[in-house]
Formats: sequence, structure tokens, C-alpha cells
Amino acid sequence: MNGAVATTYLESTTGRQTVTVGEQTGPIASKGVIGMACLIMAESAIFAIFVVAYLYYSGKDLSGPTPRQVLEWPILNSICLLSSSATITLALRSLRRGATKRFSVWWFVTIALGAYFLLGTGREWQHLIHDKGLTIQTNLFGTTFYSLVGLHASHVVVGLLALSIVMAFAITGLVKKEHAERVHVLGLYWHFVDVVWIVVFTVVYVIGR
Amino acid sequence: MSPAIRTGDVGGTLPLVSKAETEKSFFDSIHSWLVTVDHKKLGLMYIMYGLFFLLIAGIEATLMRIQLAFPNNHFLSPQFFNQLFTVHGTTMVFFVGMPLVFGFANYLVPLMIGARDLAFPRLNAFGFWLSALGGVLLYFSFIGGEGMAGAGSAPDIGWFAYAPLTGKAFSKGHSTDYWILGLMVSGFGSIATAANVFTTILCMRCRGMTLSKMPLLAWLNLVMSGMVLLAVSPLTAAQIMLLLDRFAGSHFFDTQAGGSATLWMHFFWIFGHPEVYILIIPAFAFASEIIPVFSRKAIFGYPAMVGATVAIGFVSVSVWAHHMFTIGMTSASNTFFAISTMMVGIPTGIKIFNWLGTMWGGKLRFDTPMLFCIAFLFQFLIAGLTGIMLGAAPFNWQLNDSYFVVAHFHFTLVGGFLTMIFAAVYYWFPKATGRRFSETLGKWHFWLFVLGFHMTFDTMHIPGILGMPRRIYTYEAGRGWGVLNLIVTLGVLFQAIGILIFVFNLLRSARKGPPAGNDPWDAWTLEWATSSPPPEFNFAEIPTVKSRRPLWDIKHPTDPDWKYE
Repeated sequence: MNGAVATTYLESTTGRQTVTVGEQTGPIASKGVIGMACLIMAESAIFAIFVVAYLYYSGKDLSGPTPRQVLEWPILNSICLLSSSATITLALRSLRRGATKRFSVWWFVTIALGAYFLLGTGREWQHLIHDKGLTIQTNLFGTTFYSLVGLHASHVVVGLLALSIVMAFAITGLVKKEHAERVHVLGLYWHFVDVVWIVVFTVVYVIGR
Repeated sequence: MSPAIRTGDVGGTLPLVSKAETEKSFFDSIHSWLVTVDHKKLGLMYIMYGLFFLLIAGIEATLMRIQLAFPNNHFLSPQFFNQLFTVHGTTMVFFVGMPLVFGFANYLVPLMIGARDLAFPRLNAFGFWLSALGGVLLYFSFIGGEGMAGAGSAPDIGWFAYAPLTGKAFSKGHSTDYWILGLMVSGFGSIATAANVFTTILCMRCRGMTLSKMPLLAWLNLVMSGMVLLAVSPLTAAQIMLLLDRFAGSHFFDTQAGGSATLWMHFFWIFGHPEVYILIIPAFAFASEIIPVFSRKAIFGYPAMVGATVAIGFVSVSVWAHHMFTIGMTSASNTFFAISTMMVGIPTGIKIFNWLGTMWGGKLRFDTPMLFCIAFLFQFLIAGLTGIMLGAAPFNWQLNDSYFVVAHFHFTLVGGFLTMIFAAVYYWFPKATGRRFSETLGKWHFWLFVLGFHMTFDTMHIPGILGMPRRIYTYEAGRGWGVLNLIVTLGVLFQAIGILIFVFNLLRSARKGPPAGNDPWDAWTLEWATSSPPPEFNFAEIPTVKSRRPLWDIKHPTDPDWKYE
């Protein structure tokens, strides 16, 4: 591979592609955004199946406890997770402007809010398992509740791990303005996790209860 | 054969292999394949992986057919027979079909849209190795998945693994777990590669290639990868549930605790039916590229082809319960799924007429790839017709789970999908290897395979209508199925010889075939503009296209396509 070719090759694999639409040339969404959109499509289908199972089995338990007896609305938890969508947007806005310090602060707040959510879910599960005796084996409610909420929580864990990696880079000063596009793609995943929580909340704590 | 086309215009004139590369040792070359992120190498590995498992699944099918050739036969034990049909079906769909689909998508899509690689090359390698691991996991169950004493070890649950048979109580040992994990892991690989292909087609087209100027193969692979994203994930979800049932004691498909076996059926077929279209749409894609070249005409009705493909994609996600008419659904459901199933016939019919319209008045050349395309048109038409018969709920009540169904889906997957895989392998073989295959052996393969295929699968409809259920390991004499089953089994012999000729032809021609040149078929899409085999970077200079047939424009500067499109 000679030098000139290598350069064009590298250019074509990084950053935005320009794509001809009709006679005009303009950028469409970057590869990262489209790739993340694909992942979100696939993930949505997985969540959809778990939601269908939850709704299908809702109220069909052969034994207790029922959702109404044991579930409480995780209001504070939900507020934390949903507001983390706002803080990550603020973090990205700072990064695009080149304010890396401010970016780190908002990014840290996002991680803290996500971690608090996870902690809240853990406390809820501990309460349900220890005090109410509801496990995944107890009845259909236990089966569907722990798997749907657990599936979401596992996505929060993955998200937090990814956010923490970016945090580590930010602390060492490696996240700069030019990385805004990549960080934005990760942000899309975090927004997705938050939106799924709205669905899970509605299904589990509103419709299912 | 090959008109002198100036590759410098679009493709590269750089040397294919530098001198240092030709002197590499054997282990260096193995190493370069193991660590590669090049879409062409990964594509070829996918294809070789699929063809390897095709041979294994073919041997499994042959064993089953020997067992069924005569009534009261004792060639195989009932347990082993159950394992064979499970592993045969699973292998053909997940470790033959999917790797071949993604192999061709990998190899061809970047070349045809004028890109240097897929959007995410490393993700691509990751996807391939995950898929490869899935196949290893499934077959490892033969030695690793200890079962009940004497019951052997491979999964014996059927390829759609209905509950409650898959529950811990009825599937002891770990063979079922290997089945679940193997499919799940390869499913992750499929989702990764589908996302990759989807992004590549949307973001990496060369200058001038608008969506309406893309080769049909790229369009159809775009639809296929979108369907993989939406269809394979539900299977993954259902398998997570099944794993939870088996390991954590949950009750998703446990009927004794109020769980539902029917829900598994729904979840499985929400994946299972779109999956059939995921396999057949790439077959359509090959037909849409090969038939025009060998008819010496541009494809007939390009926008209708694109529209029909997108329509098939949409309709195919709302037909799944036609696999479940016999479980007793409401008449509203029966009606809905019967009608939606028959609606698939409309866009598919449009496609068949468009291919015929392409051939109509063309200057047909009957080389091996074209022969397979013509067989595909006939065979897929029959497959579609029996599909519409089975889509009628009352007819289905009579014939579901009979050999009629087995004959029907083998017509779609062998007569449709596999036939077009042969066409595609022959068509792009000169591009991938730089050498020509033996046309004589190709024709022997074609005629033997088609003869054997029709002996086996035409005949197989009849015992089905006579009431022979699928998945029985033997049957009594005097039912009137004996002679028919013998003919079905004899057909396998011809198919097997055909496939052995195919393998021999590929292996020999890859080393000793005459040089093919860059454009042996006088074709029109971008992959023929670069050298054979293409250099690692595909195109020295990214091409600019003005029409759907960029090479036609170069070869006929006075009469280019873009004046008329």
C-alpha cells in the first residue's frame, strides 16, 4: 500500500463522510450515529419482547405476592435517572464549546445520578427479596419483574462503565473538543437507557400495578 | 471474453501482491487471516465457514434419509435421529444460511458501492468470530453436553425448541444449553454485522451513488440487515428467558407455574419467519445482479424491485403466526395471519415478473450462474405456491407438521436460497480468486443437483399429503409411503455427487484455473472495475458514478446510461 493511498484510506475511515444527495453534496448522520441507531433498534426489539411477556403474564399469577401488595413507586430514583439525560446534554454542550472542565463536572454528575439509580434499584430488590419474600422463582410476577427491571439495570451498568471510561479519560485531560462527536454517540445510548426506563416504569409501576 | 476495459478509470492498476507478501510462510498467512479486519478476507471466511457447515449438515441429512429409505429401518436409533434433525435444522439456518448471507454482504457491498471497507472493520471481525464461536458451541455439545444415560448428548429439541420440552425437567444435561448459547452468541455476531452493513450502505457510498443509483444488491442487503436488527433480537430475548428458566428457576415457559408454552412459539416465530426472508432476500439480490448480466439488459423495473423488497420486509414481520394455525387461535387471528401471509405473494410476484421482464428479449447466455438463476425462478415459484397453500388456515390444519411442510420449506431454502448461493459462488468466484472455474464441471454440478433436488423434494410433497408426519424416525410398511421415501432418498445421492463436484471444482480452480481477468462476464457494477482479486484497499481512487451501471458508461462513452435514467 503506498503512502498516498494509505492517507486517503485513513481519511475515509474517520470522521464524517460526505454523501451526494441528488446533485448537492452534504453530510448525513455520521457512521457512529447510524451504528448506534442500529444498536438501539436491536435493543428496542429485545426490550419489546420482555415488555410483551410482562404484560401477557400480568395478573396471571397462581400465587402471591402481587405487584399491588409489594411495589412502591420509585419516584426519586426515576427523577435521578431522567435528569441524568439533561446533565449529559449539558456536558456535551460544554464539550462542543471546548469547556472541558465544565464537561467533566456535568459528566461526573451524570454518572452520580446513574449510580444513585442503580443503588435505588438494589435497595428495592433487597427489600422485595428479604422483607417481602419475592424472588424470580416465587411466581410469574417475580419472574417477569426481575427480568425486565434487571434487563434495564444491566443496561444502566453497561452505560455507567462506558461513562466511567470517558470520565477516566477526562480526568487525565484526554477528552477534547474534537471528541465531541464520539462522546455524543455514547450519549445517545444513555438517552436510550433513560427512555426505556419511562417504558419500564409505565409498564411495571403504572399498568402492571 | 473480457473486453479491454481501462481499469485505471475506476479501479486500481497497483500491483496486487507485493513481492514480500508472496514469500510469506504458511504460518504468517494463517496469522494474517486470523487477525484480519479486511472485509474481503472476512467475507471469504464467512463463506468458507458456511460451506463447511453445509457439508456437515448435508451429511446429517443423508443419514436421516438413509434411515427413512425403507420402512422399519434400524440404521439409526430414535434418539440419534432426533438429534440429527435438530442439529441439521439449526446448522442450516444459523451456521450455513446466516454466514453465507453475511459473507456475501461483507465481500460485495463495499466493492459495489465503491467503498474501501465496511463502516466498522474491527466490529466486523468481532461479528465473524462470535458467529464462528456459536457454531463451535453447538457442535461441542456432541462431546460436552452430557445427557441422560444412553440418550446421547447433542440437542434433540427440534430447531424451534418448543416449550415445555426445553424445560429443565424434560431436557436434562447441558445439550439444550449449548443450543441456546450457540444461537445466542452467533445472534450477537449477526446483529453486530447487520448494524455494520446497514451503516456502510447509508454512509459509505462513493460520490454520485445516490440511493436510487445503488446496485440492487446493496438495496436488498440494506433491507436484509434492517430485518436482522429487528428479527434476531426477539430470539435473543426469548433465549435469555429460556436460560433464566433453566438456570434461575423462573417460570416464563413453565406451564405448571402459569407460564405459557404458546408464548415461546410466538417469540420464536416472530424471529423465525422474518428469518426466512432474511435468507431469501440476499438470494433475490444475487438474481437481480446476475440475471441482467447474462441477459445483456439492464434490470427491468428497478424502482418496483426496491419497493417490492421493502414491502416484503414490512409484511414479513406480521405473518409469524401462520406457523401456529394448529394450536387453536381465534378466528380473527387465523384470518389476519392467512391474509398477511398471502399478501407476501404480491411483492414476490412483482419480483418474479421483473426478472422475467429482464430476460424477455434479452440476449441470453447460459453460463453456469445463469443456469442456477433459471432453476431458482422455477423452484422459487413452486415454493411460493405451496407457501400460499399452507397459508390458508384450513388447509394448514390438515397438513401442518407433515412432510408437505418439509417439502415446502426445502423448496424455498434449497431450491431458492441454496440454488442462488451456488449461482453467486460461480458468478463471483473469478473476482475473489482471479481464476476461472471449470464450466464443464459447473454444468455437471447444475444438472446433477437439479435432478436430485427434484427427485427428492417434488416427491416429498406426496407422502406429506398421504399423512406422513415430519420428525418420525421410521414408519410401518404398507402405508403407501415406502416407494416414495425410497425415491426421496435416491435423489439425495445425485445432490451429494453434485455438491462434491462443486467442492472439487472450487478447490481445483482456485489453484489451477486459467486467469479470469478483471471483468470476465462483461458486467456493469463497480466490483468488476478493480482487479481480481481486489487489492486490500479495493480502489486506488474512489470512483465517481453517474448511473446504476457505471461500467457500462465507461465501456460505452457514446451511449451512457445516465442519459436515460
